[in-house]
Amino acid sequence: MAENILEMHSITKTFPGVKALEDVELRVEKGEIHAICGENGAGKSTLMKVLSGVYPYGTYDGKIVFQGKEARYHSIKESEHAGVVIIHQELALVPHLTVAENIFLGNERKGRFGLIDWNEANTQAIELMHQVGLDENPTTPVGQLGVGKQQLIEIAKALSKDVSLLILDEPTAALNDSDSQHLLDLMKRLRDEQGITSIMISHKLNEIEYVADTTTIIRDGQTIETLDMSDPESNQDRIIRGMVGRELENRYPPKTGRHVGEELFRVENWSVNHPTQPDRIVIDNASFDVKAGEVVGIAGLMGAGRTELAMSVFGRTYGRHGSGKVYKRGKEIHTRSVAECIQNGIAYATEDRKRYGLNLIDDIRHNISAAGIHKLTSNGWINTNEELKVAQEYRVAMNIKTPSVLQKAGNLSGGNQQKVVLSKWMYTDADVVILDEPTRGIDVGAKYEIYTIINKLASEGKAVVIISSELPELLGTCDRIFTLAFGRITGQLPIDEANPEALMKLMTQERTAKPAAASAGEGK
Amino acid sequence: MSTTATAKKPGSDESTESIGASIRAAFTTNLRQSGIFIAFIAIVILFTFLTEGTLLTGQNVTNIILQYSYILVLAIGMVIVIIGGHIDLSVGSVVAFSGAVSAVLVIKNGMPWWVGVLAAIGVGILVGAWQGFWVAFVGIPAFITTLAGMLMFRGATYLTLENISLSPFPAEYARIGVGFQNGLLGGPGYDVFTLVVFAIAVAAYIFTQFRQRAAAVSYNQHVAAMPLFIVKLVAVAAVVMWLSWLLANNRGLPNVLIILTILVIVYTLVTTRTVFGRNVYAIGGNLTAATLSGVKVKWVNFGIMLNMGFLAGVAGVLFGARSNGAQPGAGNMFELDAIAASFIGGAAVTGGVGKVTGAIIGGLIMATMTNGMQLIGWDQSLQNIVKGLVLLLAVAFDVYNKRRAGASR
Ligand SMILES: Nc1ncnc2c1ncn2[C@@H]1O[C@H](COP(=O)(O)OP(=O)(O)OP(=O)(O)O)[C@@H](O)[C@H]1O
Ligand SMILES: [Mg+2]
Repeated sequence: MAENILEMHSITKTFPGVKALEDVELRVEKGEIHAICGENGAGKSTLMKVLSGVYPYGTYDGKIVFQGKEARYHSIKESEHAGVVIIHQELALVPHLTVAENIFLGNERKGRFGLIDWNEANTQAIELMHQVGLDENPTTPVGQLGVGKQQLIEIAKALSKDVSLLILDEPTAALNDSDSQHLLDLMKRLRDEQGITSIMISHKLNEIEYVADTTTIIRDGQTIETLDMSDPESNQDRIIRGMVGRELENRYPPKTGRHVGEELFRVENWSVNHPTQPDRIVIDNASFDVKAGEVVGIAGLMGAGRTELAMSVFGRTYGRHGSGKVYKRGKEIHTRSVAECIQNGIAYATEDRKRYGLNLIDDIRHNISAAGIHKLTSNGWINTNEELKVAQEYRVAMNIKTPSVLQKAGNLSGGNQQKVVLSKWMYTDADVVILDEPTRGIDVGAKYEIYTIINKLASEGKAVVIISSELPELLGTCDRIFTLAFGRITGQLPIDEANPEALMKLMTQERTAKPAAASAGEGK
Repeated sequence: MSTTATAKKPGSDESTESIGASIRAAFTTNLRQSGIFIAFIAIVILFTFLTEGTLLTGQNVTNIILQYSYILVLAIGMVIVIIGGHIDLSVGSVVAFSGAVSAVLVIKNGMPWWVGVLAAIGVGILVGAWQGFWVAFVGIPAFITTLAGMLMFRGATYLTLENISLSPFPAEYARIGVGFQNGLLGGPGYDVFTLVVFAIAVAAYIFTQFRQRAAAVSYNQHVAAMPLFIVKLVAVAAVVMWLSWLLANNRGLPNVLIILTILVIVYTLVTTRTVFGRNVYAIGGNLTAATLSGVKVKWVNFGIMLNMGFLAGVAGVLFGARSNGAQPGAGNMFELDAIAASFIGGAAVTGGVGKVTGAIIGGLIMATMTNGMQLIGWDQSLQNIVKGLVLLLAVAFDVYNKRRAGASR
């Protein structure tokens, strides 16, 4: 047996009212890729924060042994010094700073007189980027790169710190398939060529199967088991059983009880220009429709304009409005503001919960009532008791894991935050529900719950639109799938004709008539 | 969707905390709230000693109320501005300007006192609308808009007053700031009326507290243990009645205290129970999320600034009435006192957090300290240093607390 680079013994960590970790054990061998699996709120991120000194020594119980020595980190700086580098669930790059500036942020290459030697820094940045398979100009602002590349820059940053244990918290959650693949291969390469040990948290079990040597499963703050992934028994189903404590027969609930009816919602010839570059067309003449009781998917690659399409329809919250009409039950409606959309029964649950979805410093209760507050108001006064009741009902119905709805939304784990966002929109009683990446960063069990909720919405006669970069998810939940490429709708397939290959072909279809004016609009 | 609440029987042990848990909650989750009360009490005790009891004489308590009422009024508006993620540097100048317009109308042009009052408030509202327009609809940061306002309205004050002070106001006007309600029910050496008003207020307070508690229990919400709840009510009642005793033995119930109490109640309700209030917290907490939840951000911002202008107008009346006239330099640095009161009272620098009652306590802390130091005879320069330090420590305590909460075991 190889030696253990890391041992964590009976780690216990409590927050006010929450026992996040209880006697957790973790052993990581030198030079392996060690995956950590568990449901939302199981305590994975917390464990990694304990390990990397985000929660300093003394605020948790238990013992950490790193490279044979007991580790007592009081800050991230200390753990980094020892060679433990964590890349958090949310990217921590500064968008306005250049690639090189970001890589060396907090770790600047100082030359003479303590001044930063930028030539040296840029040269080293190129070298580090090379190691992670990037070929970018080190003076490009990071904000101009796609998420996939930003994630690689995070790793380059970690490499610049002489890392021996790299921790990645859901690194591929926001990446498309090819970027994810690239990252996983990079992890393998770092392991094989540089002997870097990695710990990876992920909800994408296929990735874990592909990359991990060992998997530790955590449930409700406790270590359940550690699986050797070279054992053929250790497949995805095996992991799921450990995570949820029971067999999960299907990943997707059966689409029962859906009766597809009349057309409920239609967007016609929708065009939108870039907010700051007015002549750049981001959405080009897009049309789609969804019927009552139907679940429609919108598939597209990163940068195809899926979120831009949804947000521009939803109260014109993205870009400059070009042209186009929106119909509900055959009648034209206006969607010029979010309030107007809510009035018209349209809901949009955003892709990025932290930035766009939640008020993290307010409690769960207020977040749930935020969009449907008019339902709780009479004569301008909010019925706060009723509000609390509503929040508690959703906590139960959506299975939000928290001791109290008076907890701050920011204290919830990622998956539970998503459930709060969904609760918020369900409470508005919208009958057109647009969900942008509804299961990003969500565990298999909770995904199943969310698919069940989607089913329920459809069976109540509502129209659901799902935007997702995971094709299996669209195939498993939708009745019809539209494809979006370069800001245009390139086709639609009923579910029985849809398969990954056919969708992929439509998703990559270049425009034929005009030259590609709307080259992949990478966000704002 | 249809959901079913898990019905627990009201008043079951699950919703009523044990005494221990309540006390613990006061020191952990509610530390900031309880902390500021404790700090206030400590400061009062400290200065009572330092001033050998003068601080808490009826005369002095009355004085504090008269002298700081306008800062407290401003603090109410300011904390709302700060919760919304803005700041207002212009309030001192607006107080001066609205008071100046009022004084010119009443003192120079002989208009009735109430025209002056309405004019001052009207000027405040107009100024609020003006600044609200720039902040909300043009998108100029409030810091810049109100920095400009601070200069402009100070200039306007000088113009209006033609560089000279005006005084005195007619008695009716002055009475708003320095008048009292007393003698209505007579009394042997003390004012019975004052005591009765306070007693009614205390009774109303206790009544609403019980009702809220009952509602909370029936909605299965955690409430403090009964004995502690009673202790709290008794303590509040005792302090308030004792305060009324002090006032009754002095000159009775100050008019400004009535105005202030009404404003505090109204604005507490506005911030906690109205959609507008909720929206202010929402945009201060996460602007994009608020926008995407249907909050009409521009109108909320406009409302925030408009309201600040209104309250600055009210403060202008109170200050004019108290100083019995208008001076070109009036209200200088009031904005800083109001901002300090809000932050000492627990508002977050980044917006989204704060309370009206917190700002009031913060303002009272400032008032008590200033008054206490004046009584002891400390130099103005020393007073400023102490006040500055207190502000710094209060916010530092906040920051430390937040960090501790994140990493607490
Ligand atoms: N600062 C905090 N204060 C209070 N509770 C917290 C805090 N941070 C985390 N928690 C709680 O601790 C538990 C574990 O959270 P953690 O973020 O580690 O989950 P996770 O396994 O990473 O979940 P996910 O897969 O959703 O990211 C959750 O119940 C969460 O609500
Ligand atoms: Mg996590």
